[in-house]
Amino acid sequence: MTPERRLRIKTLVMVLLMVVCGNLGDLMLKRGMLQIGAVVISPAGIWHTLLATIHNGTIWLAILFLIGFTFCYMTAVSWADYSYVMPAGAFGYAIQTLLAVLILHEAVNTQRWIGVVLIVGGVLLVGQTHPSTTQTKTVAP
Amino acid sequence: MIRVGLMLAFFICCSTGGKIAMTHGMKQVGEPESFRPMALLRFVGKAMCNGWVWFAIPLLGGAFYSLLILLSWAPLSVVIPASAFNYVVGTFGAKYLLREQVSVKRWMGVVMVCVGVTLVLLTGKI
Repeated sequence: MTPERRLRIKTLVMVLLMVVCGNLGDLMLKRGMLQIGAVVISPAGIWHTLLATIHNGTIWLAILFLIGFTFCYMTAVSWADYSYVMPAGAFGYAIQTLLAVLILHEAVNTQRWIGVVLIVGGVLLVGQTHPSTTQTKTVAP
Repeated sequence: MIRVGLMLAFFICCSTGGKIAMTHGMKQVGEPESFRPMALLRFVGKAMCNGWVWFAIPLLGGAFYSLLILLSWAPLSVVIPASAFNYVVGTFGAKYLLREQVSVKRWMGVVMVCVGVTLVLLTGKI
């Protein structure tokens, strides 16, 4: 296998893992918050929610998935171009909406889908920019 | 609708402020000279001594907690797409705080995200 093909495959695997971890993390967060219930904005309400989130297993599972997402993202951008990894993040908005419909049975109308498509397109355009327009320095030993 | 909008604004401020502060701090810290364990430890140590990094941490914590509150109030299919508004505030922050160059294409993307988020927020009962 050529080094270029190996790089392409490992980047694809990492991006796939990134999408899976990110989407599952957000889904688990929503599921956890459904178990906890709507947060009341008051000192007692916020304190109660803080304790409830600390004791909720689904929230911890979500945090693990989100740590996995961050790890995959940082690893992927360490060897691949940001512009190659970035579209996965943009399409995540559409995938997340689809998962909300399929798994959480949320009702999504045409207007919201149009909004999501515009967001995906917009995020793709925002991401298509030069990764560094300012100078960075290196830490001296 | 109003409380979701206000909490979304708080989330975006914390999230974008945290990311900008972290970027500013990490630019002051610089890149690690290598990926050897000692070099990485030195890099983390230097990051932990940076005031901007410490300024970013509570902001990012606030962003996570406000995301949880938003998810308890509104559907996932509204909260996650609406969180893309981060890119709009982030672009303004990059332009005016970090002095980065922002292309016309990127501004077009910002406009598309704004319209998309408005459409998502205006749909259904939240």
